[in-house]
Amino acid sequence: MAILIAKGATKQFGGLVAVDDLDLKVREQSIHSVIGPNGAGKTTFFNCVTGFYKVEAGEILFQGRSVVGLLPDQIVQLGVTRTYQNIRLFPNLTVMENILVGLHGHLKSGFFGIILSAPATRKEEIAAGEEARRILKFVNLAGKGDLLAKNLPYGDQRRLEIGRALATRPKLLLLDEPTAGMNPRETQGMMDFIRHLRDKMGITILLIEHQMRVVMGISETVTVLDYGRKIAEGTPAEIRSNPEVIEAYLGRGSAAH
Amino acid sequence: MQPGFGLWQSGMKIGLIAGGVAVLISLIGMVEAFSQRFIISEGITLGQTLLLTVGLFASYQAARKTPGPRPFGRLANAAAAGLTAAAVLGFFIFLGGHLNLRKVFINASPLLFKLLTFEQELGPGICLLLGIGAAGGIVAGLFFLASPRVRKTLGAACGALVAMGVLQDLLAPTFALWGPLAVINDWLYEVNGLSLGGAVFLFAGIGSATHLWGRKGPAIQRAFGRMSPARQKTVRLSGWLLVALLLLVLPQILGLFLSEVLTIVGLYVLLGLGLNIVVGYAGLLDLGYVAFFAIGSYTIALLTSPELGFFSLSFWTALPFAILFGVLFGVLLGIPVLKMRGDYLAIATLGFGEIIRILVLSDFLRPWLGGAQGVGKIPKIAIGAMEFGTPQEIYYLILAGCLVVGFISYRLRDSRLGRAWMALREDEDVAQAMGINLVSTKLLAFATGAGFSALSGAIFATKLGSVYPHSFNVMISINILCVIIVGGMGSIPGVILGAVALVGLPELLREFAEYRLLVYGAVLVAMMLLRPEGLWPEAVRRRELHEEEPEEAEAKTASSPDRSR
Repeated sequence: MAILIAKGATKQFGGLVAVDDLDLKVREQSIHSVIGPNGAGKTTFFNCVTGFYKVEAGEILFQGRSVVGLLPDQIVQLGVTRTYQNIRLFPNLTVMENILVGLHGHLKSGFFGIILSAPATRKEEIAAGEEARRILKFVNLAGKGDLLAKNLPYGDQRRLEIGRALATRPKLLLLDEPTAGMNPRETQGMMDFIRHLRDKMGITILLIEHQMRVVMGISETVTVLDYGRKIAEGTPAEIRSNPEVIEAYLGRGSAAH
Repeated sequence: MQPGFGLWQSGMKIGLIAGGVAVLISLIGMVEAFSQRFIISEGITLGQTLLLTVGLFASYQAARKTPGPRPFGRLANAAAAGLTAAAVLGFFIFLGGHLNLRKVFINASPLLFKLLTFEQELGPGICLLLGIGAAGGIVAGLFFLASPRVRKTLGAACGALVAMGVLQDLLAPTFALWGPLAVINDWLYEVNGLSLGGAVFLFAGIGSATHLWGRKGPAIQRAFGRMSPARQKTVRLSGWLLVALLLLVLPQILGLFLSEVLTIVGLYVLLGLGLNIVVGYAGLLDLGYVAFFAIGSYTIALLTSPELGFFSLSFWTALPFAILFGVLFGVLLGIPVLKMRGDYLAIATLGFGEIIRILVLSDFLRPWLGGAQGVGKIPKIAIGAMEFGTPQEIYYLILAGCLVVGFISYRLRDSRLGRAWMALREDEDVAQAMGINLVSTKLLAFATGAGFSALSGAIFATKLGSVYPHSFNVMISINILCVIIVGGMGSIPGVILGAVALVGLPELLREFAEYRLLVYGAVLVAMMLLRPEGLWPEAVRRRELHEEEPEEAEAKTASSPDRSR
């Protein structure tokens, strides 16, 4: 049932415990949010799952297999891909090339095959181009393949980053604040899009989010972190009425909107 | 502050800089040395052209940077810049007339001052200079205000004039090789510089040709666009055939010396294409690249030279080993620096380049590699009975090498590997997060670049017939890096253009060798300020969406207006 399981995951930077004995289960095909104040350890946890940091204690299992100690590129091959809080595209590559880089792990052609333009290589490139175009259409960027990624407007860059992540054919997609910097209309579009991803493609979504409207609107499960610890977990309705969360996260006397 | 005052100020500021540059190039002896060379016979020298170019460029910049739309303001500012530059130079002449500058600046000779004052007395000379400065400023201002077509026409004509004048020593013997063409010589050139008639004709000819192309060019391109795809293909193919034919007969047209220059340029193109993969594609700043060039050369020397007497293989048997060793060392030197980035990588690889050179020099390897004496008697390359000895013959080998390497670069560029390299260049962490294995991708870049470099080294060794350790110093690495920076990072035509500009031109202007590094530095700084993307930057590719579906095209037009940001 659970696609991702963290058991007692702990990550320290010097004396600072960024992720502290964290237990987390992400159900398959669910939309799961991680929330918490700045510095609560959300992004650090993402980095631990994707292999950029190594947890000092505890386990992280993806589909029952430990990912601790694997390199980021190996973890991507297993089916875990992430996006970044501050968009990190390949700015001087075209939109199309950005997507094709995402497909890298699924292409097999080697050095000599490429130089000699072997039939297998050519076939693979054509198929990759088709798949990339399909993805561009899916993220609503059709026809913009030849633009440089850095020249895209902000919302398009967000969607391109997700498109590039989709190209790796993930089973679990980690989205780090996908609606940061978006206006209400764009935010609504992104929420629909995330739901669409899960419903149409069956991808499990784990997201970090600050906008309560998004968190409460699309999540099935919400985990609240504070100082690296899990302080609450449950459905949006439960979290909304949890007094500890309201106090620690939303502030004393606040009501969730 | 009045806007008018601000205007003058900006022109004067630029003029001061230009004046400083003019004084500098006079003081280091460039003007005097270049005055030996006439552009137009007994008329304009290269030294004067140089000074005038500095002034004109400054005035042009002043006109360009003038705020506001008024043309008069621009003209005034340009004139101010020209006048200021001349005034600075005039002050320098005044100083030189009254003090003995020569005690400190050995190049501040009486001859220099005679040149700068146009052989007049001090007073009238400086006045004349100021007049020319102001007039030049106005001319540059007018040039800026002229339409782009006029600018292009005049620019091309003046450029051609200077180029033909400077290259006289090279072009005249080349023309002389071709019986009927020798007439051009008598008519275009005097003993020293262009003849007046030749200059006028050249100016008018090149100018009108540029002008005509400016007017008819777009129409011709449109006509080409209207042709059927099959005919377009034919036209393109015949264009390529023409280029191929030209490349094949080039050494015969150009004669011995220019062919020699071409072979050196060709070797640098090979090296540049290799480094372009490492630095341009993968973004790994490698300053020890000359090491692989050395390995290629020494492998050939070791395997073919009878002087050493270990092996006496033919070039063609030894070549695969040379490339193989290059690749092997590329991987070996790549492994320790896998985790390094940017500056640290540059310093570490710089060390490797030196290590190889010092190893070759060492006593320990002397019996094998000849130490400081190097290795001689490397046999010429031969195919059957045909031997490649003269530069004109070796040219073909290098041309073949360049074509192969260029083709491989081109194929790799738009492939899974090329994209992985470029992703690495853009953002290493994200590239890894997209499933790219950093170790194999980096090592492959190092290995490919090293292989190309070793190939270049192999040809270099047989071309010279001997190898010496001092041929492989760090300046070669720097030169190659400059070639790809000036040409345009990651761009294949850019590498070729960069090699011609940075390696070919200095070879042609050997008598100015003293100033080579100075000019190099100036060119690099100017490039970084004015055209950081290089002479021929990598174009944004247009390929995927040629087969764009109509539905997608609609989506494009429909989605663009509603995206506000």
